[in-house]
Amino acid sequence: MDKILKVNDLSVSFDTYGGEVKAVRGVTFELDEKETLAIVGESGSGKSVTAQSIMRLIPTPPGKFASGSIEFNGESILDKSEKQMEGIRGKDISMIFQDPMTSLNPTMTVGKQIAEGLIKHQNMSKKEAHHRGIELLKLVGIPNPEARIKQYPHQFSGGMRQRAMIAIALACNPKILIADEPTTALDVTIQAQILDLMRDLQEQTGTAIVLITHDLGVVANAAHRVAVMYGGKVVETGKVDEIFYNPKHPYTWGLLGSMPKLEGSGDEELQAIPGSPPDLADPPKGCPFAARCPYAMKVCEEHMPEYTELSDTQKTACWLLDERAPKVEPPESAVVGGSKVNG
Amino acid sequence: MARYLLKRLGFIIVSLFFIVTITFFLMQAAPGGPFASERKLPPVIEQQMNEQYGLDDPLYEQYFDYLVNIVQWDFGPSFKYVGQSVNDIISRSFPYSLILGAEAIFLALSIGVLLGVIAALKHNKFGDYFAMVIAVLGISVPSFILASVLQYVFAVKLQMLPVARFESFAHTILPAIALATTPLAFIARLMRSSMLDVLHSDYIKTAKAKGLNERVVTYRHAIRNAILPVVSYLGPLVVAILTGSFVIESIFAIPGLGNEFVVSVTNRDYTVIMGTTVFFSVLLLVSILIVDLIYGLVDPRIKVAGKGDK
Repeated sequence: MDKILKVNDLSVSFDTYGGEVKAVRGVTFELDEKETLAIVGESGSGKSVTAQSIMRLIPTPPGKFASGSIEFNGESILDKSEKQMEGIRGKDISMIFQDPMTSLNPTMTVGKQIAEGLIKHQNMSKKEAHHRGIELLKLVGIPNPEARIKQYPHQFSGGMRQRAMIAIALACNPKILIADEPTTALDVTIQAQILDLMRDLQEQTGTAIVLITHDLGVVANAAHRVAVMYGGKVVETGKVDEIFYNPKHPYTWGLLGSMPKLEGSGDEELQAIPGSPPDLADPPKGCPFAARCPYAMKVCEEHMPEYTELSDTQKTACWLLDERAPKVEPPESAVVGGSKVNG
Repeated sequence: MARYLLKRLGFIIVSLFFIVTITFFLMQAAPGGPFASERKLPPVIEQQMNEQYGLDDPLYEQYFDYLVNIVQWDFGPSFKYVGQSVNDIISRSFPYSLILGAEAIFLALSIGVLLGVIAALKHNKFGDYFAMVIAVLGISVPSFILASVLQYVFAVKLQMLPVARFESFAHTILPAIALATTPLAFIARLMRSSMLDVLHSDYIKTAKAKGLNERVVTYRHAIRNAILPVVSYLGPLVVAILTGSFVIESIFAIPGLGNEFVVSVTNRDYTVIMGTTVFFSVLLLVSILIVDLIYGLVDPRIKVAGKGDK
């Protein structure tokens, strides 16, 4: 399959009063056409910065692309002018954000907000854009779209607003949809609906999705491949099955262990990962997870491990996979049962 | 909508009743009277004058007479200017204040909003510092000082504009600038901070993610949301400019209502004090109502139609 997006050794940093914060430190991943890639990690691991870098929505300054490249359809995103980026944003790559309550303009009707992108990118007249807006609202499952399109965001519920956001994002049939924690601010039943909707729409339109989340339930539900981020780096990447059933990185084990399981008796405690994420203004020299890793060795603190290819699709950066390292089995809590993982 | 307006008008009438009552009794509570001056009047004449104007009636009778008159929008005769009614004074002097005030509000709003927007867009750059220096100067320099400086520079030295009086448009420029500066500075600061808030909000990011350019994002998405605090400041601003103009009016020798108001207080001209107070109160209450209506137009989340529907 063709690679539609290639992110290669991307580093992004921010100048702050406290010094230079290196939010993303050498991230590499690829996105196939029609694929959903989940980027997983806790707060501050650099997932949102990575996502916004792809659309060049990082304000520069204070942000800075320190190194690396982002290639969309073989063209370098980082070398484009602001004007060229305006032609890409919303047309080829679009984005939905975490909080649907605040990501729609409160003083503009939903219809106008959908129409803006259509008028800009597809040279539609206001009337055409209005009709297309109704179609889009219908597509994302909003009942009575003819009336709804004239309403303001405050007249929509949270789930409906996120549907409207998806309609805005998909208006111009983008090749890539970046969803930055699209379900975090929604309650669980609505989460499932939104994920189903995104999957249905992906089948219909063939859009590739970059799904950013910290919720492994969402990953299991929606993604084909997963990249696990920690401390501004991708520590493990692989197919969903590989990440859930054959995880190799202790951080992935920790993430899996901190997720409640359906088949358990219900009285076992959730395993939290002790400690807190590294300070990216002064990032550790070696593996960023070393300070919190129960298996950390001396080498972990000094040198960042190379990626070990465990299969064609799975790559893990961990010293435990070095042939000189002691053999470590994943803890009980990180073993995902035979049944399908649910959100 | 009609019900809402009726309700608001009802509130206005209730507020006015309290304003009239409180002002009436406060004024009476102060010692002295309209005919107490340095040169003592002969008691017979004073007696006659009091009788003529109804000042010897019991207080409650004066109060009820006054209420009845006010309902008919009749503020009675002036005690000081014989033969002139308060209504005459207001209708003669208010147009000056109105023109001056309208010019000042226009200046304050347009330039204030513009400065605020520039400051926010050029946050922490030269444009920001420049706008905020103007704003700080505008807030800290009292209007009467600015007025004299303007007169000295533009009228006396450069001879570009007339120094005082109120005869043509050219006469209104300097007083309008002097009157507008403080609210202008205030609006600029207000606009800057709310604009900064809005520019960091999620929906601005959404708008940018649609591929809209900076200018469209600013005009279409940011300003309308950022201007709300300025709109709510408009109500008090209108009144502050119309009533607060007496300093400027006396510096520029403009026979406006603000001037009349202050003079009436020192003259103990009861009916003029009451009349102008009521008149300004009506102005304040109506302008607040208008601001609320505008608010509903700018921000669809605020429904003026009242209860029931969200």
